Amino acid sequence: MNTQRREVLKSGSAAGLFGLLVAAGLITTQQAQAAGWDKPAFEAKAMDEALKALGAGKPADSKDVQISGPDIAENGAVVPVGVKSALADTEFIAILIEKNPSMLAASFTLPAGTMADVSTRVKMGQTSNVFALVKAGGSFYMVSKEIKVTLGGCGG
Amino acid sequence: MSMNRREFMQVLAAASAGGMALHGNFAQAASAAGQMYELPRFGNVSLLHMTDCHAQLMPIHFREPDVNLGIGDMMGRPPHLVGEKLLKQFGIAPGSAQAHAFTYLDFSQAAKTYGKVGGFAHLTTLVKRMKASRPGALLLDGGDTWQGSGLSLWTKGQDMVDACKLLGVDVMTGHWEFTYGAERVKQIVDGDFAGKIDFVAQNVKTTDFGDQVFPPFVIKPMNGVPVAIIGQAFPYTPIANPRYFTPDWSFGINDESLQEHVDAARAKGAQVVVVLSHNGMDVDIKMASRVRGVDAILGGHTHDGVPAPVIVKNGGGQTLVTNAGSNGKFLGVLDFDVKGGKVSDFRYHLLPVFSNLIQPDADMASLITKMRAPYEAKLNEKLAVTEGLLYRRGNFNGSFDQLILDGLMKMKDAEIAFSPGFRWGTSLLPGDPITMENLLDQTAITYPYTTLTPMTGEFIKTVLEDVCDNLFNPDPYYQQGGDMVRVGGLQYRCDPTARMGSRITAMSLGGKPIEASKTYRVAGWAPVSEEAKNAGGEPIWDLMARYLRDVKTVKPVKLNLPELQGVAGNPGMA
Repeated sequence: MNTQRREVLKSGSAAGLFGLLVAAGLITTQQAQAAGWDKPAFEAKAMDEALKALGAGKPADSKDVQISGPDIAENGAVVPVGVKSALADTEFIAILIEKNPSMLAASFTLPAGTMADVSTRVKMGQTSNVFALVKAGGSFYMVSKEIKVTLGGCGG
Repeated sequence: MSMNRREFMQVLAAASAGGMALHGNFAQAASAAGQMYELPRFGNVSLLHMTDCHAQLMPIHFREPDVNLGIGDMMGRPPHLVGEKLLKQFGIAPGSAQAHAFTYLDFSQAAKTYGKVGGFAHLTTLVKRMKASRPGALLLDGGDTWQGSGLSLWTKGQDMVDACKLLGVDVMTGHWEFTYGAERVKQIVDGDFAGKIDFVAQNVKTTDFGDQVFPPFVIKPMNGVPVAIIGQAFPYTPIANPRYFTPDWSFGINDESLQEHVDAARAKGAQVVVVLSHNGMDVDIKMASRVRGVDAILGGHTHDGVPAPVIVKNGGGQTLVTNAGSNGKFLGVLDFDVKGGKVSDFRYHLLPVFSNLIQPDADMASLITKMRAPYEAKLNEKLAVTEGLLYRRGNFNGSFDQLILDGLMKMKDAEIAFSPGFRWGTSLLPGDPITMENLLDQTAITYPYTTLTPMTGEFIKTVLEDVCDNLFNPDPYYQQGGDMVRVGGLQYRCDPTARMGSRITAMSLGGKPIEASKTYRVAGWAPVSEEAKNAGGEPIWDLMARYLRDVKTVKPVKLNLPELQGVAGNPGMA
């Protein structure tokens, strides 16, 4: 276990950590300020609506996009979800959760030359399909995975 | 007439099947023959496998299930075969000692004939015998070892840790071990086990950075062959058991990272790669189809005593998948013949540990006596006598669980009771006393709180649907293992083949339909939430001890079972 890394991070407050990353050149301030809040997309209540707001229309399936996450969530409040794209010129990645009140959980705009590999934590109230939407070379692609949220107990 | 030992065993089996009384003769006759445990050596790499002993240091009875349904692709496939269907599939003679070990058939009578099973002193003798005939053999422990008895609970697993060191366990992974809390697990693994037992788990990582908490695998040389053992802990530990025991550790199946470790082990020169798994057998079979380069997955968790491996074809060739039962009842022996850097052939035996056929090991027996001494009086307190057979295993209910449900409803003045579908818990024969030790064999957990909760009809339905999906989801990666929650008072209909949300219908209480918005008094135990822990609640064993002392004689219980739909003809049902 890399205890040094853990100690360094423990020593800073959240703001301090952020500053560290910026100072280390991991995040540029420009990126940190983000590309802007896509209000209609984040407020969409249905899949078609969300895709339309993102300008995605009817995305195609792709073997080059991978979505990762637990099969059963350990804690619905913080479910780790990751998306990797092997498609050339991947410029945008979004994570959508079908059964959440607002479907779009996260979106990432990738500057040219960035490795298309993102991960975050999402909140899920119930078992749902989770979609990874990718824009590459001007076209949209989408894959999905079911993540189960359970009451727990009774195992073994 | 002279018979060789194999023929003698066959005669024994045939005689028993024909209804001839063997009774006490069996032990004398078979131990004279001594053949059951004579396995000729095969190949050059041997792995001995025990799993899910649930801290049973003493010989016990353990009844296998009469309901173990497989749904979808799993229907009729091992381990989802019970009784005669299992015997037929594996060519086991009805009425034989093997038939008693692997099935519930004629359980009470056969248990008297063949005696108890397991016990660490007996297991030790068998392990020593196998190691003597198989130089260099490793003993692998699939976990659920430190939990399941009063003694293990009171010593926080120390009894089992000491017993496993003396037994000569080489490599281990875990599940219920984690319910002693992360700190206690680390204390044992870094302290007691250091330099003696490797605790491996590729799928336990820190929640913050995803760092490995334990080594993912070890490579051990055996007769010149490097053998890799990769650990796979129970993937749903923080869901099936309380999250607060391991708040900083994340689990999961993680078959992608398993593939990376398989490749890494091969790159380091491993010629044999096995996974020591606590996934459960259906998950192991699916995992074997997705991961390349694994020679065998030695599995546990689902407590399936499966006499022969399931062979799964995959992109890298084939993988053997085994499951070695529970409660110290079996020892798996896997022999590989490794030629030219790879496995060329194998033999597998799942040996039942018949306590009457094996001399107990003196050192282990004396360690057990010493460890039990301070607690003997407490363990031996006689609470009641049972008139019927008491057991737990089965998808929907067991007679010991029914007894617990009856006790919960009575002592909590509840209309309905829930009891978790645990698969551990030993069996008692008609006429046996129920001691405190027997009660703790069913209840010894670190979150034993009993609860009384007002629940709406709608919420009760949600609970039943949720647990049922954990058992019958057609994709094993979405199952948690364990059996259906046991239900007292409430009647229902269940279609395991339906989709989640539609499996449970016709819920009623005392002949009246359950109303969605009405509130019912529901008793239970083993809550996983931290709020329930903080609220306290009388431990289940105290409540049940009060109940049993009062009842004194337990009449044969009537099982409350759901009316099943959609599973007629399923070979996973008697």
